[in-house]
Amino acid sequence: MQALVIVGHGSHLNPGSSRPTFSHADTIRETGVFDEVREAFWKEEPSFREVLRTLESDEVYVVPLFISEGYFTEQVIPRELRLEGWDVSEWESGDGVSADHATLEASDVEKTVHYCGPAGTHDSMSDVIVRRAESVTGDPEVGDGFGLAVVGHGTERNENSAKAIHYHTERIRESGRFDEAKALFMDEEPEVDDVTEFFSAPDVVVVPLFIADGFHTQEDIPEDMGLTDDYRTGYDVPTEVDGHRIWYSGAVGTESLMADVVLERAAEAGADVGAAIERVRDAETGVAGD
Amino acid sequence: MNAPQLDALVASAPEGIEFDGLSVAASGEESYTVGIDGGSREVDEAGLREFAEENPWFVSNWYYWTRVVGDANARYDFLRWVEGADGRSVEERYEALSTGTGRTWGQLHVVASLGGDGERRYALRHVDDADASDLETYEDPLAARELVKHDDRGRYRPLSTAPTLPTGWEYPDLDGRDLVRTVDFIYPATVANWHREREGELDVSHFRETAERQSGIYEIVEGLSVEELEAAAEACCVDSQCLRRRMWDEDDETELDVPRGDGEFPCREPCSVFITAARKFVTLGREDTQTYEFELTPTEKEQVEEIVDAVAEGRTDEIREADLNEGANRYRARYLRARRMDEEGLSGTPTYPEDQEL
Repeated sequence: MQALVIVGHGSHLNPGSSRPTFSHADTIRETGVFDEVREAFWKEEPSFREVLRTLESDEVYVVPLFISEGYFTEQVIPRELRLEGWDVSEWESGDGVSADHATLEASDVEKTVHYCGPAGTHDSMSDVIVRRAESVTGDPEVGDGFGLAVVGHGTERNENSAKAIHYHTERIRESGRFDEAKALFMDEEPEVDDVTEFFSAPDVVVVPLFIADGFHTQEDIPEDMGLTDDYRTGYDVPTEVDGHRIWYSGAVGTESLMADVVLERAAEAGADVGAAIERVRDAETGVAGD
Repeated sequence: MNAPQLDALVASAPEGIEFDGLSVAASGEESYTVGIDGGSREVDEAGLREFAEENPWFVSNWYYWTRVVGDANARYDFLRWVEGADGRSVEERYEALSTGTGRTWGQLHVVASLGGDGERRYALRHVDDADASDLETYEDPLAARELVKHDDRGRYRPLSTAPTLPTGWEYPDLDGRDLVRTVDFIYPATVANWHREREGELDVSHFRETAERQSGIYEIVEGLSVEELEAAAEACCVDSQCLRRRMWDEDDETELDVPRGDGEFPCREPCSVFITAARKFVTLGREDTQTYEFELTPTEKEQVEEIVDAVAEGRTDEIREADLNEGANRYRARYLRARRMDEEGLSGTPTYPEDQEL
C-alpha cells in the first residue's frame, strides 16, 4: 500500500488557509492511484506529529505544499514527522530550488517515508503560473502584448523564498511566452507597489506565488498595487492603473493544476502514479484526453 | 449468513477457526470438531454446513470481522469497541445491533446496526442530535472536513477537539471503513492514539520535551515556569475547552495538578494551539507586576470579576440584552466604562508611571 500526505501550513485564524491542500488532495484521491491520501498541517489537525500514525500504508510519500525550500521544509516538517537521520544535504539542493526527495524511516511508526521537496520549487510550477495567467485572462493563448509579474513575499529571514520566485520568473522569461516577465516582492526591492513602472506592455498579469489566499494576497497586494483603496470594496479584473491593465490572479496555490505538481513530486520519489499526471493535467487544463 | 460466507467458513475450516465463541478445528480428513462457546461435536463437511446453518450469527460475525474489516488494527479495534464486542456475547451483540447500539466519542454519537447478512452499518451524528429527526444527511467522509470547520455560532474551530462540534448533520449509513475515515476527519488521529493507548503503546511527549524541540518564534516556550504551565493547562486543557484526556505532564517525574479530563481519547503531547498560547503566556510572564491604586465600589469590583469569568467561560453571548443584574451585561459594562474609565484607563490611573520609559 502507498499513501500520499500533503503537508501544508494551515492557520489557527484563517479557515481558508487549508482549502488548497484539501482541494488538491481531493483531485489526487479521485485518480485512485494512492491507497490513502491525507492532509496534515503545522497549525491544524492532523498535525505533522500525528499524521503518519493515521495511515495504514507502509510506503508514504510526503509532499510539502510550500513555496520555497527553507525553515519549514528543511527543519520543521522533517523534525515533526520524526524522520530519522534527516539531513538537508540528502536533498542535494545547494541552490535553494533543486530539492528532490529523500527516503527515511519515521521513528514512531514502521513506515518508509519518501520526503519530497516543496511543490513550489518544482519545474512544473512554472506551468501552473502560466496556467494561472490563462485562467485569469480567460485566454488560453495569453502572452503577446502581456507582461507577467510573479510576486513573492520577500523576507530577510529566508533567502530561499526569493530564489523560488526568481527561478520561475526566469524560466517563464526564457520560454518567450510573455513580452516581459518580472519578479516582484512585498517586502523587498523591486516592490509590487510600483508594478506598472516595470512593464512597457499595456497588459500585465500579476500572479502571487503564495499557496493560499489570505491577508497578503487578498488585502495587501491589491491595495499596494492600487487596484483598490480598500480591499473590502473589491476591484475589477483587469483594473486600469497608470495606463496599464492589471490582471490580478490571487494565490497561485489555489490553481487546480497544483495537484499535478504534487503528483510529479511523488512520482519522482518513486510513487506508482500510473497515468494520473497526464489525466490530472488534461482535466485541469481543459485538454481532451484520449 | 449468505452462501459466500458459508463457503468461506468451509474453505477456512482445515486451518481451524477460533473467533468470538465460534470454533472449528480439523480433526481428520474432512472431519471437524465444531462448537459454540466451548461446546464440541464431530462432524463431516455436510455436518459442518449444517452446524453453520444452525448458527448463522456466528458465521456472519466471523466473516464480518475477519474478511470485511480485516486486520486487527486501530480501525478493527475501534469498530469492535463501538458495538461493545469485549463485554458481550455474539447473541447479545446481535440483539443490540438489531435495534442499533450506540457509543459516544467526544461529541460524536456512533450507532452500529446490522446490515445485510450480518454485516454492520454505522450512523454518525452530534451527541446532542441523538434524538433529532430533521438533520442534513451526508454520505461522503470528505465532507466532514468542511462540516466541522465552524461551530454553531459560525466561528472557525482551529482545535478539532474543542467541545464546539456543530450540530444539525448526520451520516446515516456508513460502512466500517468510511465510519473510521469520517471520525478521523472530525477528530484527527484520535482513533490511532486511543488504539495505541489500549495496546499500552501510547508515546507521550511531555511539555519540557515538546518545548525543547521548538524552534523559531516558539523557542521561548521553554521559559514557561511550572506555575505558569499549570495555569496554561487549566486555561486550555480541561474538558470545557478540549475533549482530549491530557496524558502529558511537565515531564516524566512531575505531574500537573490540573485534572486530565474525562475524554475517551488521549492527548499525547501539547498541541499547536497550546504551544501558541504558551508562547503568549511566556511573554506575559516576563512583565513585572506593578501596584495600582484606584477606586471601585464593591459591586464594581465584583463586576470586573464577573466580566473576566464570562469571557473566560465563553458565556458573553448567553447574557441577555436587558439582564442588568448580570455584571457582564453589555449595558452594565458600557456604564462601568463610562463612569470609571477615561483616556488614562481605570479610575484615571495611568498604566505606566510618567517617568517610566516604554
